[in-house]
Amino acid sequence: MSSPQLRHVGLNLVGADALEPGEAETDLYGFWIFLMSDAVLFALLFAIYGTQLAATANAPGPEAEFKLGSAFVETLILLTSSLTFGLAAIAMKYDHTRKGLVVLLCVTLALGLGFLALEVQDFATMFAHGATPDRSGFLSAFFALVPTHGLHVTAGCIWIVVMLAQIAAFGLDARVKLNLLKLGLFWHLLDIVWIAIFSVVYLQGTLG
Amino acid sequence: MSAETWYALFGRIDAKAFPFVRAWNNPTVSEFIGAFAGALVVVGAVALLSLMTWMRWWRPLFRDWLTSLDHKKIGIMYIVLAGVMLSRALVEAVLMRAQQSLAVNAPGIVAPEHFAQLFSTHGTIMIFFMAMPFLTGLFNYVVPLQIGARDVAFPLLNSISLMLTAGGAGLVMVSLAIGEFSTGGWSGYPPFTETAFQPGVGPDYWIWAITLSSLGTTLSGLNFAATIYKKRCPGLHLMRMPLFSWTALCTSILMIFAMPPLTLATAMLALDRYLGFHFFTNELGGNVMNYVNLFWLFGHPEVYILILPAFGVYSEVISAFSSKELYGYTSLVVATMVIGVLSFTVWLHHFFTMGQSADVNAAFGIATMTIAVPTGVKIYDWIWTMFRGEVRFTAPMLFSLAFIMTFVLGGLTGILLAIPPIDYMVHNTVFLVAHFHNMLIPGLLYGMIAGYMYWFPKAFGFRLSERWGKIAFACWLTGFYLAFMPLYVLGLAGMTRRSQALFEPDFRPWLLTAIVGALLLFGGLVSLFVQLWVSVRDREQNRVPIGDPWDARSLEWSIPAPPPEYNFALIPQVDRLDAFYWLKEREQAYTPAGPYSDIAMPKNSWVGPIVGLTATACAFGLVWHIWWMTILGFVALWAAVIARSFVRDTHRTIPAAEVAADDRRWREAAGATEGVPRQLEVTPANRGLAKIFPSEVTA
Amino acid sequence: MLLGLGGCGILDHGFLSAAGPVADETRSLFLLVCFILLFVAGPVLLLTPIFAWHYRLANTESAYRPQWGFNWPLEGLIWIPPTAIVVLLAVFLWRDTHRLDPYRPLASLQAPVEVQAVALDWKWLFIYPDEGVASVDELVFPADRPVHLSLTSGTVMQSFFVPRLGGQIYAMAGMTTQLNLAASEPGRFLGENTQFNGIGFQNQKFAVLAQSTEGYATWLAEVRASGGILDRDAFKALSARATQTEPLRFGAVAPGLFQTVLSLDTTGPHAGHSQGHR
Repeated sequence: MSSPQLRHVGLNLVGADALEPGEAETDLYGFWIFLMSDAVLFALLFAIYGTQLAATANAPGPEAEFKLGSAFVETLILLTSSLTFGLAAIAMKYDHTRKGLVVLLCVTLALGLGFLALEVQDFATMFAHGATPDRSGFLSAFFALVPTHGLHVTAGCIWIVVMLAQIAAFGLDARVKLNLLKLGLFWHLLDIVWIAIFSVVYLQGTLG
Repeated sequence: MSAETWYALFGRIDAKAFPFVRAWNNPTVSEFIGAFAGALVVVGAVALLSLMTWMRWWRPLFRDWLTSLDHKKIGIMYIVLAGVMLSRALVEAVLMRAQQSLAVNAPGIVAPEHFAQLFSTHGTIMIFFMAMPFLTGLFNYVVPLQIGARDVAFPLLNSISLMLTAGGAGLVMVSLAIGEFSTGGWSGYPPFTETAFQPGVGPDYWIWAITLSSLGTTLSGLNFAATIYKKRCPGLHLMRMPLFSWTALCTSILMIFAMPPLTLATAMLALDRYLGFHFFTNELGGNVMNYVNLFWLFGHPEVYILILPAFGVYSEVISAFSSKELYGYTSLVVATMVIGVLSFTVWLHHFFTMGQSADVNAAFGIATMTIAVPTGVKIYDWIWTMFRGEVRFTAPMLFSLAFIMTFVLGGLTGILLAIPPIDYMVHNTVFLVAHFHNMLIPGLLYGMIAGYMYWFPKAFGFRLSERWGKIAFACWLTGFYLAFMPLYVLGLAGMTRRSQALFEPDFRPWLLTAIVGALLLFGGLVSLFVQLWVSVRDREQNRVPIGDPWDARSLEWSIPAPPPEYNFALIPQVDRLDAFYWLKEREQAYTPAGPYSDIAMPKNSWVGPIVGLTATACAFGLVWHIWWMTILGFVALWAAVIARSFVRDTHRTIPAAEVAADDRRWREAAGATEGVPRQLEVTPANRGLAKIFPSEVTA
Repeated sequence: MLLGLGGCGILDHGFLSAAGPVADETRSLFLLVCFILLFVAGPVLLLTPIFAWHYRLANTESAYRPQWGFNWPLEGLIWIPPTAIVVLLAVFLWRDTHRLDPYRPLASLQAPVEVQAVALDWKWLFIYPDEGVASVDELVFPADRPVHLSLTSGTVMQSFFVPRLGGQIYAMAGMTTQLNLAASEPGRFLGENTQFNGIGFQNQKFAVLAQSTEGYATWLAEVRASGGILDRDAFKALSARATQTEPLRFGAVAPGLFQTVLSLDTTGPHAGHSQGHR
């Protein structure tokens, strides 16, 4: 493929790359666009959440249902997972044994699953209190915004598993490296979105 | 079989789901029309499948088309889909016009419920399954050729986009034979589309058909933005890019940012309907205004998604058929991008009547009128492109000229509608219906037809019949005026849109005029099919193998017609706007070239059809509450995608020798062919090689 | 447009045959804008056929300058006049959007008649809170007083429209919108819902009667005498999704019914929204 030989500042495939930089560039660029489209989706979900804050319809509201402590622990877990993913990306670049990469990916996966477990527990508690999405416009908006992020994390976890399988199958070929870079972008975006959720939903709901 | 088992297997489907049963139980004209349409779908499908089997076309269909990742074939499939859906939606339009012309103080032929389904499917199909596939098809075919690329950035994703869109269209077709469609119009405003008011499957068909289409469109937008940003040939700076590619870029950006609001709005409506959420319900804090805002946050940029590609086509066509470079290229680019940005700032004008403060309405009204400036600039740029040119009145050019003059009228009524106090008087009347048809028929459909006729010889290697092209043009033009000018008048007289019956005898002559127009438009469609038939029949004498039948300017004309799979034997090097024309003037366009190298092209893939099929099954299961089908479809879809990520052998190589042989043969043929002067371009003398025009003539 | 100005009876049904101050002023604005727009459409409608025909291929007399594609003065001519026209229109737009704001009370020596309108499937309920009466599909008021409508919906979103008197406004459940109308002289007008809301949509028309002062008083007396009490139960019966063939009258209305409708399904659901909206 004779694409223009451009280099991508965000791309760091030093070493044996069979893949042309141009193609890698196009791939990552496309993925960035996808993330932007996804970000628009989240932005709108936040906007909807904002308009529905007052529509509690006598159902449980934020003060009663949000546990800042639990949300804070979830935040710490997710932020740590971003760190471990970052370390994994560095390991991919420098450590040719793959062991560090695989271990760090597994740690990231464990943290992601831990986050999901805590989140599901929070939702279960809310359901037990009768705070279900069919009770009010506010709860509908909450259960659209936060679980959408949760579904993204779930997808990210599945993706990590797939990448572990691909590392086992292909080693670190150029395509695996590229997919790991894309997964990294995805994972970090989820982190950013979560920070917004923590601030807008949990901090504002409990303190504001 | 117990009711539980039935429900587990077939969900909500029962005898009344079938229009034939409904017609048997309630034999009215309206039900018969419904049953007939359902029968057409069933008989059509059976006939098609039998024909395919009889002719042993299955294998070639899958091998050469459905699994192909070639952007050119995907483009053609998109346009075929658009043609099929256009036919259905246009017939529906004729039926609606017939109903209104008959139903002045009379029952007419179509019952209210049926009429509501007609306007809902008509709008939904025309926007999502006619216009969008048509323009995406043109992008697919033309953009990689125009920017000197061998394929789009993500060929497999391209196939997936097509199959998702086709799946959505399939759902709308299936709704004719099983169940019913939404009665909520193409915009599906809740709470009318909530379960409280429409418990049936209609809105669910609408939701999932739209969802498939909007996902496909988002992916297309992503794909084309990446293609245009990253796959241009060396030297083709953005400001050397043909206008059609510019509008494709702008449209792609709009798709990326405008489709998420729609996806979200329909997803939220689905949550309301399936899981009892309260986003848009009347009770428990639901708020319809959120839907209306989300929908038009998509809906207004969507208008420009539809219109900009046609603007691109007109820019190419008017320049080619005036034998002149485009006047005001920079202005056109700037105007395109300005329209793109402004399109996100005006959505509120779709609901001036919701009771916002006068300040808000006025601000959005002024923003709306502002769009008239870049649009007007474009119109004048096209007019001045003809100035001191050599204009030929071919069918695509006639469509372009008709567009300019008709679109201006639509623009005027657009300005009227942008003024809130006037909007209060004509909102939701057929004045509005006339206005947006006045924008979309010239501003979209004429452009798509012009583009289809203009690039057809490139895609298939022979020209379309000029005679039938002009007949089609005459029908589309007169049909439009007769069908929609009366609606302006009726709208000013306060006739509401979506009326199944009317009670004012004064309306009758105007409605009768409109049905004549609708029939003429239908004649226009038939003429297009006749044109295709006649042209295929006479293809041998109209071949243009050298590939440049119109003496055009951009890179897609610099290669054979039809182009080889890899498009360009040698990736072109570009150093100016209209580089191909510049080469032709210097007689260097067909000189021997080289050296050739191996070309890697993507192999066929089954992933696209599998994703389309599983996504459609998933959606169909959701519509009818057939949960096993939903789950199976969803799991199979992702399994296919994940399995694909393990495939490494995705490309095949076309050896340099083969490329070289084909290319040399074509260049020799060009050398041996007589160039055709413009006077003879619509005669068999045109073999796709243009005689060089004298560079300047003073009057 | 040209067809319309040809003057046929058909335009007597719309706002171009204005019967009240709002429609009248809108008509003036409409005609003014149409006039300005002639200067937008004119050049295009003239230049396109002239250029296309004059520079046709067969005309060997015409000049040919294929490389001519830019000219600064022409760019100015293309960009500046449209911008100027839009600026001019924007001035009118800003002025008249405020002047003709449906929420703005109409100038009148007399206090407006208060009417609360409830959109139902497929009928309109008009409550006269000051008079304690109500009617269905019949809006009556004295021609010498303006009407101030407060609107809501007991069902899906609808749009209230009396073409010859004034513009539209949506009626939405749980929310109130407002509209001010007036008639210049007594008359009978057609009112309609313009937002599709189901199979009875096309039949959802109502009579608007601008009466003389005495006529209005007589009508009120008739309504009061007609008996019928509009309480919650009667309202519930009225809410059934059905077409209303004949206008209905209620001699008495349960106090605060409009507020009840506004918060009908509430155990407080719209508390957040009804305030938030205006």
